[in-house]
This record gives sequence, structure tokens and C-alpha cells, in this order.
Amino acid sequence: MSNNTCDISNDNYAVTVRNVYKSYGDVKALKDLSLDFPRGQLTSLLGPSGCGKTTLLKIIAGLLPADSGEITVNGHPVTGPGPDRAFVFQDFALLPWATVLRNVAFGLELRGVSKSEREAIAEKYIADVGLCGFENSHPHELSGGMRQRVGLARALSVDAQVMLLDEPFAAVDEQTRRKFQEDLLNLVKHENKTFIFVTHSIEEAVYVSDQVAILLPRPSRVSEIIKPEGFRHKDADSIRRDPEYLDIVDRIWSSLRTYVE
Amino acid sequence: MMRYRSYLITFLSICIVFGAWEIAGRIPVSYAFPTFTETIAAFWALLIKGTLFVAYFETLKPLVVGVLISAFVGIGIGLAIGLSRMSDWLLSPIFVVMQTAPLAALIPLLIMIYGIGLTSKVAVVLIMAMPVIVLNTGSAVSNTPASMVEMARSFQGSKRDIIFKIILPAASPIIFAGLRLGVSAGFIGAVLAELKITPTGVGDIITFSRSIADYPSMYAAIMSIILLAVIFLQVLERMEILLFKGRGRGHASEE
Ligand SMILES: Nc1ncnc2c1ncn2[C@@H]1O[C@H](COP(=O)(O)OP(=O)(O)OP(=O)(O)O)[C@@H](O)[C@H]1O
Ligand SMILES: [Mg+2]
Repeated sequence: MSNNTCDISNDNYAVTVRNVYKSYGDVKALKDLSLDFPRGQLTSLLGPSGCGKTTLLKIIAGLLPADSGEITVNGHPVTGPGPDRAFVFQDFALLPWATVLRNVAFGLELRGVSKSEREAIAEKYIADVGLCGFENSHPHELSGGMRQRVGLARALSVDAQVMLLDEPFAAVDEQTRRKFQEDLLNLVKHENKTFIFVTHSIEEAVYVSDQVAILLPRPSRVSEIIKPEGFRHKDADSIRRDPEYLDIVDRIWSSLRTYVE
Repeated sequence: MMRYRSYLITFLSICIVFGAWEIAGRIPVSYAFPTFTETIAAFWALLIKGTLFVAYFETLKPLVVGVLISAFVGIGIGLAIGLSRMSDWLLSPIFVVMQTAPLAALIPLLIMIYGIGLTSKVAVVLIMAMPVIVLNTGSAVSNTPASMVEMARSFQGSKRDIIFKIILPAASPIIFAGLRLGVSAGFIGAVLAELKITPTGVGDIITFSRSIADYPSMYAAIMSIILLAVIFLQVLERMEILLFKGRGRGHASEE
């Protein structure tokens, strides 16, 4: 991946969001929201349902325009979708009429990569997410967890620096979810990418994140940023028993519980 | 096993209908109602003499032209309606009116404008076939799952890619259902045109045999229309299966 040369000032941040406002008619979804996303790290957006997490993610993706404020990716202002970002959708957004292979290659297909080239790349990522042998299956033949892996492989195969994941594990069972969380940690470690990860789950956020941004309910702003650092180097199993991990989960829960009533 | 069973049931139901027809013809319900066997005999005679082939050559002309125009133009207009609210407002009402308009009342008007030739008959087929194709396509297109379009946009798909790789494939089963309904309606239109405008083709057989009280031939002609329509729809369905094989039954909405 060639690095951009014109982003000296924001070099530490892959994505910056400054004073963003967004309303849907009378509904104020985001109000004066600012947040920075450190390069090469995973930041979670955590907050109660309807607080604007998806809205923020779509604004960063360039799928929705902000009413005001500034978003930059690698120092460039966002005006629409770009090759530097890839989205993983909560409902997978797979083409039901296409095979796994075509679905995974579809991002590259839309970007005009030739058939043989994009299928070779897709094959690699299908193997990476553990779907070898399912290249010619259709989405309806796969389980929810497998479908989301197709969505993930599609996003990975376009090799964007910034990965946007909107509750990617919401529709899979608990065991699969835990496996996915471990896989995600490995991805963050090995792929040199910046991850922005929306989740409902406090435990999940603390487990996978370098930085957790807690959003307040509508109109949404960042109320707190927590950086769980102490247990990052530990192995998957001991993290969940680490005192610092449990402590942070508790702290987030106590600051969010007032909104859940 | 299942398949043979369903064929068997279809065959049985056909037997019951034809049996009832035969009995009703023998009572007789009306002197103008022939038995099933008489009708089959008349049908055979029309077939042997070649009358049916000559007739269908005439009837199929406005039908084929009308259905082809309806399919291409109809899907195009439906796409426009589904994609832009403006054209929805502008165009949808026309087709809703077209669909509900009493066709018999419009035919004199069509004859005044287009005369009694092929054009008028094509127009009748269009009025019958187009609305259901347009309206089905329109609603299918505007109901494309938003997340699939968003997905394509997030990978920088062009407007063209989004239409041809997302919207049309997602809408195609419903578009095809519309086509099937359109073709059946077109059949009705083509025959109606021949009965109401100038008696040519099958319409001519029906009109002529009625005028000489040859009711078996009249019913044979009517039966041939139904037969042809069924065959046509079967072909369309086969095409559909061939085209969409591999995609799951429920399809686009995905669970
Ligand atoms: N297209 C829309 N039109 C009107 N209101 C919308 C639209 N999309 C979202 N909203 C509103 O904006 C608010 C934020 O929505 P958003 O989807 O961003 O929340 P979220 O944090 O992702 O919620 P969840 O956790 O349930 O996915 C919600 O109150 C929602 O009702
Ligand atoms: Mg959401």
C-alpha cells in the first residue's frame, strides 16, 4: 500500500471528524461531534440504540453528507465514497443471485479490476476468512456467520486503509461472535489498517478496541474516550479475566446505565 | 416422485373439467354449447385444413409486435418510474388509468385515430399489456433493498453499474412476473382487437363460425387461444428458471 505524502499534520490519525452536525428532518442525530481515529488501531463506537452510530459511520464512508463539519481521511476531506475506505454492513448486503466468489470480488468488479485478477484476489481472501470450498455457493446456502465472513472478505479484498464495520457480529451466535472477535484482533495486528467498529456490546468493545468512544443518546456527541491498553499483549483467553478489562467494562456500564432506564 | 404426483393431479383436474364439459354439452345446456368431443373434432379439422395456422399468422402479428414493444418500452418506463420520484408522479397515473380504462369503450376512439389496420390492433395489445409491466417494474425497482445499493455506492459503483448489476437483477423476478401477466393480457387484447376492430385471424374464425352457427368450430378457436397462451407462458417460465437458476427461491430480500 503506497502511503500518502501530503498528510504530514494528521499523520497519527487516519480519520478525523470535526464538529459534525447531522439531522434527519427534525431528528437531530449528531450534534457537534468530534473524534479522531488513530492510524492502524481499532476504535469502537459504543452507545445506546438510535444514538447515531450508523449515521456517523455512513458519514465517514461518504454515503451520507454531513450538515456541517469536516471529515478527513488521510488528510483529505471526504466528499463521497472512496477507495481508501471499505464498509462491512450489518445485514451483510450480499447479492443473493451471485456466488460467494463473485460477491467477494464484487467490490473489485465495481472498481474495474479485470475478471481474472479480481478472482485471484477474492480466492485469497475467501481462504483467509475460512470459506475455502464455498466459492460457488450462494448466500442462501450459508449460515449468518459465513455470510458475514463473505462481507468481510469483500471489504478486505479492495485493500482500503480504513475499514468501517457496522455491528458486523450482531446477527451471529455467541460462539461465532467470540471467534470473530479473536479473528478481528488478529486482523488489526497483521493488516496495517485502521478499523472503525460499531457495537452494542460493552464487553465486545473493550475486548477488541484500542480506543472506545462512548456516544451519548441523541443528539449524539462523544462523552468519553477510553483506551484499554494494559491487557492488549495478553492472549485471547486471559483478557476476559483480566482485572483491568473487567474494571473498564464496569466503568462503561455505570456511565451508560443512566440512559438505559 | 413428487413431480409425477403433481402431473397426475393436473391431469386429473383437466379430465374433470373436460368431463363436465362433455356432460354439459350432451344435456345440452344450450343449443349453442357443443360437447367436448365435437369441439375436439372441429379443432382437428381446423388444424388439418391449415385454417388455424393461417389464422394465427394474422393474430400473432399484433400480439408479437405489441408484446415486444410493451416489454422493452414498459421495462424502460418502469425503471424510470422506480428510479425518480418525478417520473413516478408524471407517468404512473397514465398507466393506472390505462389499466382500469374500459377497453371496449376506447376501441372506437382508436379506430378513429389509427384506422382499422394493424396499428389499432397493436394499440389494443399495448393498452392491455403495458400497464402491468410498467407498474410491476416500477414497484420492483423502487423496492430494491437499500443496503445493496448503498453497498455498491460504498465501493464506488457507477450509476450504470448500480442499475445493471444491482437494481435490475434484484427486480428481475417481479419484472418477469409482470411480463407474464402482460403477455396474458396481450393475448386477450389481440383477440379482442380482432373481434372489435376487423375480424382477422382467430377472431375471424370465431365471428364467422358463429354467424353460420358452427359452434364446435367457434369453441375450438377459443380453446386454441387458451392452449397457445398456456404454452407461451410455459415457455416464459422455463426461460425464467433458466435465467435465474442458482439463486435461492425466496431471493432478493434475503431472509
Ligand atoms: N433515514 C432516516 N430518516 C430519519 N431518521 C433517521 C434515518 N436514519 C436514522 N434516523 C434516526 O437517527 C437516529 C440515529 O440513527 P442511527 O441509525 O445512526 O442510530 P444507531 O446508533 O446506529 O442505532 P442502532 O444501534 O439501533 O443501530 C435514530 O434516532 C434514527 O431514528
Ligand atoms: Mg446502527
